[in-house]
Amino acid sequence: MARPLINVPAKVKRGQVFEIKTLISHIMETGFRFTTTGDKIPRDIVTTFSCSYNGEEIFRADLYPAVSANPFFDFFTVATESGTLDFKWTGDNGFTETATAKIVVE
Amino acid sequence: MAPIIGRVTIVAFVLVAIASAANGGDIPLDQRRSGYLDLGRDSKAMQDDDTINPATLWVQDGEALWNQKAGAANRACADCHQDATVSMKGVASRYPAFSVARNGPVNLEQRINLCRSEHQQAQPFAYESRELLALTAYVGRQSRGMAIAPPDDDRLAPFIEAGRKLFIRRIGQIDMSCAQCHDDNWGKKLAGSLIPQAQPTGYPIYRLEWQSLGSLQRRLRNCMSGLRAEAYEYGAPENVNLELFLMWRARGLQLETPAVRP
Repeated sequence: MARPLINVPAKVKRGQVFEIKTLISHIMETGFRFTTTGDKIPRDIVTTFSCSYNGEEIFRADLYPAVSANPFFDFFTVATESGTLDFKWTGDNGFTETATAKIVVE
Repeated sequence: MAPIIGRVTIVAFVLVAIASAANGGDIPLDQRRSGYLDLGRDSKAMQDDDTINPATLWVQDGEALWNQKAGAANRACADCHQDATVSMKGVASRYPAFSVARNGPVNLEQRINLCRSEHQQAQPFAYESRELLALTAYVGRQSRGMAIAPPDDDRLAPFIEAGRKLFIRRIGQIDMSCAQCHDDNWGKKLAGSLIPQAQPTGYPIYRLEWQSLGSLQRRLRNCMSGLRAEAYEYGAPENVNLELFLMWRARGLQLETPAVRP
């Protein structure tokens, strides 16, 4: 399966607001659908997404069945220190996925 | 002299008549447009930025598959074709192409599977499987921005003609042909949706309705079931002929693979 796509600027000025974009591969099966033979297709979705900046949580979201496949998040934060951004997705059936991105603050 | 000129004029008229009949209601070359131009701002942004375009997830998978050894031959695509960014440039823009082995046209998916079974001695991927879509998207991505250039191959001519016949033939309970919408009424509305020209400029596409990547044949089958006709099977010669005709019809337009469509 494809790795999540993370898009953050490599360098930002201190105090500047910058954009973070993430895209993850997931089917987001709602649990409301049935097969042609009438069996229920079990729910399989990402339920939470969070992002922390040098260990401090800066963004968190809960996801529900109405969210479309391959969830995409686009959010902003203020550049304070150089360091890492850690991303974590968790979901049904023990789904977890993590990613990190480096950022240099000048 | 006069009768001769008259005869020449008549011949010229007949030729013009034949030419326009063969073209049916074809869209004049300079009026052809990609469905991209009719996308909303958000969908355009999604297609234009690889980090937002969900099809990139498949392209990444395709790249991994390209370098992964497979089959009894224990060979990866890269072992023969090396760097896809070099060797696969322009390949997608000239498919479907003629295959001597099949004695007919094969599309890109079929070409990948032929390579798999012949050179890697591996099981071909199922049509519309994640793996096949991924490899097709990865190979297709290398031709992004290039002009669609169907091969100048006389052997393909009868198959293009067969594809055209399918395109203008009425099918299904709705009793309509592809051409009635996409040649004669493009730009107008069908139940609130814009009727596009059906130029296959970005396949495989990430279709928001599908929430997934899908092949041109999936799209063709969609249209056929919309007309309440029995859709041709994946990989059926009829579908490949239609693909071939559509690519020929879109010759010169820019390839956008992998595109985003509503």
